[in-house]
Amino acid sequence: MALQSLDILRRSATTTPSTQVRAPIEVAKLIDVSTCIGCKACQVACSEWNDIREEVGECVGVYDNPTDLSAKAWTVMRFAEVEEHGRLEWLIRKDGCMHCADPGCLKACPSPGAIIQYKNGIVDFHEENCIGCGYCVTGCPFNVPRISKDDGKAYKCSLCSDRVAVGQEPACVKTCPTGAIQFGSKEDMKDYAATRVEDLKRRGFENAGLYDPQGVGGTHVMYVLHHADKPELYSGLPSNPSISPLVSLWKGMAKPLATLALAGVALGSLFHYVMKGPNEVSKEVEDEIEDEDKRERADKEATK
Amino acid sequence: MDQDNRRAAGMQMNRRQFFRISAAGLSSSGLVLMGAYSGEAHAEVRQYKLARTRETRNTCTYCSVGCGLLMYSLGDGAKNAKAEIIHIEGDPDHPVSRGALCPKGAGLLDFIHAPGRLKYPEVREAGSKEWKRISWHEAIERVAKHMKADRDANLIEKNADGVPVNRWLSTAMLTASASSNETGIITQKFMRSLGIIATDAQARVCHGPTVSALASTFGRGAMTNSWVDIKNADFVLVMGGNAAEAHPVGFRWAIEAKKQRGAKLIVVDPRFNRTAAVADHYVPIRAGSDIAFLGGIINWLIKHDKIQWDYVKAYTNASAIVQEGYAFDEGLFSGYNEEKGSYDKKTWNYELDEKGIAKVDPTLQHPRCVWNLMKQHYERYTPEVVNNLTGSPVEGFEQVCKHLGDTCTPDKVGTILYALGWTQHTTGAQNIRTMAMIQLLLGNIGMPGGGVNALRGHSNIQGLSDLGLLSTSLPGYLTLPNEKLHPTLDAYLTQTTPKLLRDGQLNYWSNTPKFFVSLMKWFWGDKATKDNNWGYDWLPKWDKMYDVLHITELMYQGKINGFVVQGFNPLASFPDAHKVRDAFAKLKYMVIIDPIATETSSFWQNHGESNDVDSASIQTEVFRLPSTCFAEEDGAIVNSGRWLQWHFKGAEPPGEARGDQEIIGELFVALRELYRKEGGKGAEPILNLSWPYRDPKNPTPEELAKELNGRALADIPDPADKSKVLVKKGEQLPGFATLQDDGSTLCACWIFSGCWTQAGNQMARRDNTDVGLGNTPGWAWSWPANRRILYNRASCDPAGKPWDATRKLIAWNGERWAGADVPDFKVDSPPEAGMNPFIMNPEGFGRLFCTDKLVDGPFPEHYEPMETPLGTNPLHPKVVNSPAVRIFKGDRERLGKHTEFPFVGTTYRLTEHFQFWTKSVRLSAIAQPEQFVEISEALAKEKGVKAGDWVKVSSKRGFIKARAVVTKRIKPLTVNKQTVHQIGIPLHWGWETLARKGYLTNILSPAVGDCNTQTPEYKAFLVNLEKA
Repeated sequence: MALQSLDILRRSATTTPSTQVRAPIEVAKLIDVSTCIGCKACQVACSEWNDIREEVGECVGVYDNPTDLSAKAWTVMRFAEVEEHGRLEWLIRKDGCMHCADPGCLKACPSPGAIIQYKNGIVDFHEENCIGCGYCVTGCPFNVPRISKDDGKAYKCSLCSDRVAVGQEPACVKTCPTGAIQFGSKEDMKDYAATRVEDLKRRGFENAGLYDPQGVGGTHVMYVLHHADKPELYSGLPSNPSISPLVSLWKGMAKPLATLALAGVALGSLFHYVMKGPNEVSKEVEDEIEDEDKRERADKEATK
Repeated sequence: MDQDNRRAAGMQMNRRQFFRISAAGLSSSGLVLMGAYSGEAHAEVRQYKLARTRETRNTCTYCSVGCGLLMYSLGDGAKNAKAEIIHIEGDPDHPVSRGALCPKGAGLLDFIHAPGRLKYPEVREAGSKEWKRISWHEAIERVAKHMKADRDANLIEKNADGVPVNRWLSTAMLTASASSNETGIITQKFMRSLGIIATDAQARVCHGPTVSALASTFGRGAMTNSWVDIKNADFVLVMGGNAAEAHPVGFRWAIEAKKQRGAKLIVVDPRFNRTAAVADHYVPIRAGSDIAFLGGIINWLIKHDKIQWDYVKAYTNASAIVQEGYAFDEGLFSGYNEEKGSYDKKTWNYELDEKGIAKVDPTLQHPRCVWNLMKQHYERYTPEVVNNLTGSPVEGFEQVCKHLGDTCTPDKVGTILYALGWTQHTTGAQNIRTMAMIQLLLGNIGMPGGGVNALRGHSNIQGLSDLGLLSTSLPGYLTLPNEKLHPTLDAYLTQTTPKLLRDGQLNYWSNTPKFFVSLMKWFWGDKATKDNNWGYDWLPKWDKMYDVLHITELMYQGKINGFVVQGFNPLASFPDAHKVRDAFAKLKYMVIIDPIATETSSFWQNHGESNDVDSASIQTEVFRLPSTCFAEEDGAIVNSGRWLQWHFKGAEPPGEARGDQEIIGELFVALRELYRKEGGKGAEPILNLSWPYRDPKNPTPEELAKELNGRALADIPDPADKSKVLVKKGEQLPGFATLQDDGSTLCACWIFSGCWTQAGNQMARRDNTDVGLGNTPGWAWSWPANRRILYNRASCDPAGKPWDATRKLIAWNGERWAGADVPDFKVDSPPEAGMNPFIMNPEGFGRLFCTDKLVDGPFPEHYEPMETPLGTNPLHPKVVNSPAVRIFKGDRERLGKHTEFPFVGTTYRLTEHFQFWTKSVRLSAIAQPEQFVEISEALAKEKGVKAGDWVKVSSKRGFIKARAVVTKRIKPLTVNKQTVHQIGIPLHWGWETLARKGYLTNILSPAVGDCNTQTPEYKAFLVNLEKA
């Protein structure tokens, strides 16, 4: 059923062409940072709906908790105190998957069907197909996916694809007390964003605007920012996100080789040799990994 | 980890993982390449988990916004399936919440399934270090025996004057503001039959001053408007509260006003808080100086002539002439008795003519008319004086004045959202009074988008206030008889029924005898007759108010033996927690009725530095009885907008937990049996109590709700035509207008009359049709008489036309008052009759001068907190603190000085938590896991503290240790030429927790309360801070 409402646009590491006939509505989540009170209801609703519970952490001197995204925390609030022109602002941004139109994670993913992009714009991880390689982490320009310590698989916000598939809004959207998170067709969200931008400009935020970065083809999670000219004020939101060159490398040259390697390993070839052989990586990175491997071995020795 | 490091760490991992492919993953990928695997079948989205679950409607149990819930439980309702709630989300049909829930509400699932939920009755024997599981039978029997023995030994049947007082002071009881009305009312009946008056609900530590302040100004002590109505405001002031933090979903309507009307939002607070994050302006203020700020606004409005004159002249007591002899001089009002530390309020009244009618001067020329006295009183509060006392920059102060002042025209309306930032001060009631006066001056009361909006705390704190679960109250804001003032029924009715003060006014409290006699019929049933004064002698009579501070003091002195605690965590929520703990240790027995483990129940356990006690030396027997939570019961709770909303049970409670009504029912039946069998002191009120419930051990919510509404005990004739019957014997009453004073009606709470009529349960109504201005009269039921905006007659001019045509709520249509809301007025009284909008006040006026209704003055005056950082009061150095403060000797000795404790401490809630329960809720603990305090960068620098460091915060009464949040959002202020640092202290921590263990914040706060209500001072006291 789900496939009928959420037709697939792209699957990771798959060459079979996707269906082309049906054209469902493109959806988007709009986060109006200017009306966000940082209450974390979205965080909690997300964990509740998705049956995930992060460990109870500690206070590190800020309101942020959990302090970072994880396999069990798919969205977190990031609080930034900014003083500009003598005016204090507490810029609070809900961080999580942006559901890029051109998803770096999907492009980087070597495992068939582990990452799916639906025609409505949702980019979804299918953990049963995930091999835990972490390429998606590299591929993401927003540093979103996280590998689980429990099962070694990658996790992130699904934009509640299960809810959207049956006609409901995502859990975070529904719960948002102030209506700072809205959900609808991408067109409607842009229209609504325009009214918010207008209101902010009227209130003296000259550079208010919509964040829908074109470097990744636009996103299906967008922000209304009071300072759209300086997205990095919002806890480091990238101003011009684009897919990492490493992914280009992977897509362009390394992927066919690595794919060969994968087949080879499946047949019992020597993984280490293949890895070290064809992949063209900088000496620096290689050394770093070597070092870490050494350290890890040493650690293991020490615990024996 | 800071931002950059975090990102760097992420990148490091990225690069690493790019090259690290697990062999297992490789093999599966490889297999796909070889065509041995079909991925298509796995490309569906996760299945929707609620498809055939059972959906039950409920109301959030935390705050007073009263958000609608949809609870989903496993099983479709089949008898063979045990319902287990697996998910909760917002009810999109709910007019206030519209599907939204705050972080606490969104995590309710983990409250229902909290590991800290109590499952079995337990006892902690005297001197023991552990809990022992016992049966319900044993628990009830032992508790009943304790209670009877103590009551038999200590009940005061008559006082020295021979007045029957039936007062039992040696056992105290606390009731729960998160429990339903039905639990509240059965507890009221139970307690008063026993003679308990040492009792309080959370309202005492919360919004007590709201009731005092608003009732003394407008006639009723409740939030004037409703949540949704906030969207009709042109200007929203948030001061004395942090609406975004404490009432996020209600606050959405302030955001809506911004979005839809372009309204401006200003926050005045010691901290740049979450509300400030979305405000147009933020103005800092020193905690405890609000009256200086607000008094300054009054002065500014008068000076700049920003007054809605037509409104002020017609609807307020500006023109009333005050008695000769009233004066204010050097910080003292007339009538002060220094020895007693209190006022004789005789002169704080209107000058009356020979018929007892208040004199007025409509020209406002009389030197003693309220207008002139008020003008004179606030002349001293210039912007410079405000700045000097509050530390608020003059520019910010004037910005607030200007925005408020702009709403003095009939077509502009402003509102105020406040909460405990105003109530929890020694001048709590007067803080609110000042704002109430401002809103009267601007003509903003009764208006859609206006009002004085008290954002109440617990989900049913409004209900428990309405039901009179406070030491000296009875349901419906009737007062419990006092032994001196009301020794007889006659005296009670004469004294408590107000006399008309202006001709042609409604003076609705003139119906007091009908409310009271109907209440007595509910208490004593057939045993209440005209001949025995409706059982008046059986009611307990009070001598003093036994509020929580007084109760603690008496316990501390060893004068209280028993303590029954229903859904309350007093060890955490009463001030001066060490004193509270020592007081508990002197009890013989304590009975805890709660769904979760509380610090109160385990006060005898040693938890290191945070609770360093010797368990063996504590001889208190502690019984812990597990009760249900909201999800496991039917019943109604009252939100801040006075809506009684019915909720439904969605699952069975865990283990052997029982509903509160059943626990009270069992206890009462057990006690009554003991009195029947053994006899005992003062048995009459217990044996004569009406307990007509189908299962006396378990009165049902439906039975109790129907009693709250009231029913006819005989045919009630139509007053217009006596040959007709208005209500037949045995029928539910249509509303309080049909109540009688001849014993022919029964009603447990007159203001709730209309909630369950012959037409059924009005509280469960779900028609959310917006009939105008966001008003949804078909949703639930609101007291009084389903009115949604109080004093709405004042939304029209004296001729009956709306002040603002775009805000038409009601209007005079030539025959009657009608419109989108139920008129808060006599519906057929034409404008020319001159009846005024404030129908509960005997003069019909909104009161700028509140006469003798408050103990600390008819006009608010700035007094310093008991622990002042200035050591003086620049306005009148001889009278530094409020002269009407009540403070016990021992508590005075536990006050600190600014020389030793130089910083101002102020406590508050965080949005992620609700009081002391949600630390037991995993989702809430994850969102805010550890105790912290907030300090400015300047203070941090001075003390060598970095963000995340441990600090020790101490007051004269003890210390806590917490993490430091170092923030730009708190700045040192210059007050009276000195630098004042403020320290923000969130209050949620303790040892019964899934979050990290912490200290009880109220170890720090002083045991002194608001002069009028004894609501403790949690918002301004002195502390020191050092790096731990």
